[in-house]
Amino acid sequence: MSVLVVMEQRDGKLSRMSFEALAAGQQIAGILDVQAQAAVIGYSDNAKIAGVERVFALDDPLLTEYTPDGYTAAIEQLIQAQQPQAVVFPHTYQVRDYAPKLAARLGKVLISDVVAVKAEEASPVFVRQLFQGKLNADVKAASEQQFVSIQAGAFRVSEAPAARAPVERFPVKLDASQIRSKPEAPFREAQRSIDLGAAEVIVSVGRGIKEKDNLPIVEALADVLGAELAASRPICDNGWLPMERQVGSSGQTVSPKVYFAIGISGAIQHLVGMKGSKTVVAINKDENAPIFEAADYGVVGDLFEVVPALVDEIKKVKA
Amino acid sequence: MKIIVSVKQVPARDSSLRAGSDGKRLDETDLTYEMNEPDAYALEEALQLKEKLGGEVVVLSAGPDRVAQTIREALAKGADRAIHVQLNDGTQLDPLAAARLLAKAVEAEKADIVLTGLQSDDLGYGQTGVIMAELLGYAHATIVMEVEPQGDHVRVKRELEDGWFQNVLLPLPVVLTIQSGIKKLRYATLMGIKKAKTKEMKVISSGELQAEFATGLTIERVYVPQRNKQSQIFSGDAKRAAHELAEKLKFEARVI
Ligand SMILES: Cc1cc2nc3c(=O)[nH]c(=O)nc-3n(C[C@H](O)[C@H](O)[C@H](O)COP(=O)(O)OP(=O)(O)OC[C@H]3O[C@@H](n4cnc5c(N)ncnc54)[C@H](O)[C@@H]3O)c2cc1C
Ligand SMILES: Nc1ncnc2c1ncn2[C@@H]1O[C@H](COP(=O)(O)O)[C@@H](O)[C@H]1O
Repeated sequence: MSVLVVMEQRDGKLSRMSFEALAAGQQIAGILDVQAQAAVIGYSDNAKIAGVERVFALDDPLLTEYTPDGYTAAIEQLIQAQQPQAVVFPHTYQVRDYAPKLAARLGKVLISDVVAVKAEEASPVFVRQLFQGKLNADVKAASEQQFVSIQAGAFRVSEAPAARAPVERFPVKLDASQIRSKPEAPFREAQRSIDLGAAEVIVSVGRGIKEKDNLPIVEALADVLGAELAASRPICDNGWLPMERQVGSSGQTVSPKVYFAIGISGAIQHLVGMKGSKTVVAINKDENAPIFEAADYGVVGDLFEVVPALVDEIKKVKA
Repeated sequence: MKIIVSVKQVPARDSSLRAGSDGKRLDETDLTYEMNEPDAYALEEALQLKEKLGGEVVVLSAGPDRVAQTIREALAKGADRAIHVQLNDGTQLDPLAAARLLAKAVEAEKADIVLTGLQSDDLGYGQTGVIMAELLGYAHATIVMEVEPQGDHVRVKRELEDGWFQNVLLPLPVVLTIQSGIKKLRYATLMGIKKAKTKEMKVISSGELQAEFATGLTIERVYVPQRNKQSQIFSGDAKRAAHELAEKLKFEARVI
């Protein structure tokens, strides 16, 4: 019996989220009183994985490029061979693409986007968010074998020095006819003209602004602070600000000295893009908005009143 | 081309949310509902595909009586007909159970393209479409921004992390989970709303579909999360709060 952590590697490097999933997997293994193991597709020698009993390296020419059919078949074979009690993934876009399929193939449900694990009589209880973080739910798997994916930033990576785990090659049997999708090379859109990553102060606006015509209210704040303007996804989806000003998992990652989140609820896909900011200020009318969890300073109030008042006050303290 | 769009009705975005008396599910009294946001983009994509290729757009939704309202909205925007999989009030579907029901309904239709949203705004599993594809034996792609039909294939643009994208070619039939994006959503016209009343809405009970209904997970407790970060929060009068915040930013955080 074991807990199997499926780690993700790109360009020969394991992602940070993979190590967070490993930390979660170790915790689950502790609760179940079994060993943790890891699996990597396209394993390369510079992957240093410690704190597990062993690492399975899955390699096949058909796995060179990610496809949901290839990855599902390969990991299914490892699961059938090892029969782990729990399979743990980082909740990345890639995992979102194949892990539900893999779990369903084995008749199981993936408990997706888990933020914490608790123990209840030697079995794990998983905490996941509902309504983009406004509520939490404690969830238990109904099956003996459990599938879980772990939200970015929810678990702390162990920095303790430990011996590198032994690596074992796991041979997979794949046939080209199993793989239905043909992926092309990843690409980026035309060069960005704004590098939010270099900005010292960012004023970021969300759906609380209600209409494009209200944008001057936050622009005034950006002006008085000499800040760059940024936004949550819906603002860019609506075309109110250009895509290149979007912050979050599908936009830019920023780490300014101060980040103002105005009328932004604080969904995880937004938080991952800005939580490296030194100081976070949130203005939101909902005192339970998840953004306040990430904020150093917060104002609970109507942005249409608070932001103009703040512009005046900043002018005063600057004078 | 037959396109099925799977549309979920979810509590409206600005709802105030509380756990119900059993502590295990949402208190649904006083909630209003709307179409799950990514599903509105999936519907838009379906309607645009139909405009390009001809064919039919069928709306599929599972839920209690109230989801008929969301279905009518989709019909008013231009979908041709609808299937409502009737569930009892308060039925909690995990993504496997939801996908089993929806896949049964799709199976009877033999669609070329099935579109879902990439994630529901309430439960946020992000899985139902992918599981449907597995159950139906269709190819799939997730987090799709654009769909370009190419004969018996589609070429789709997928969003990856950090501003990267990727095109993928897939054979039909296919399930695609649609990401919200730059495509402008249409409004229902008056004419559309009128016409919707004459369109077919087939109601099927979940029992009739004979889908396996075992739940793969149990929700033990639903609650407002405990905030643990020591943030300094100002509230009350806006001017006072703004003054206090400005002082803190200058003298404590020293950022202005
Ligand atoms: C795969 C994937 C990738 C994504 N990528 C990104 C991404 O890169 N970036 C991103 O931002 N999102 C992304 N999202 C979307 C994300 O999940 C949220 O839907 C989005 O961040 C919500 O934006 P918001 O906070 O502006 O809107 P909402 O969630 O609607 O929040 C609006 C907030 O404004 C407040 N408000 C309303 N009126 C007022 C007022 N008068 N005064 C003060 N406050 C007010 C409300 O209380 C609420 O908290 C992604 C989602 C998925 C599934
Ligand atoms: N009850 C339902 N009725 C119709 N479609 C649904 C239902 N539940 C989920 N879906 C579809 O599956 C997508 C993903 O949902 P989820 O897996 O819950 O995040 C949604 O965007 C919908 O398109």
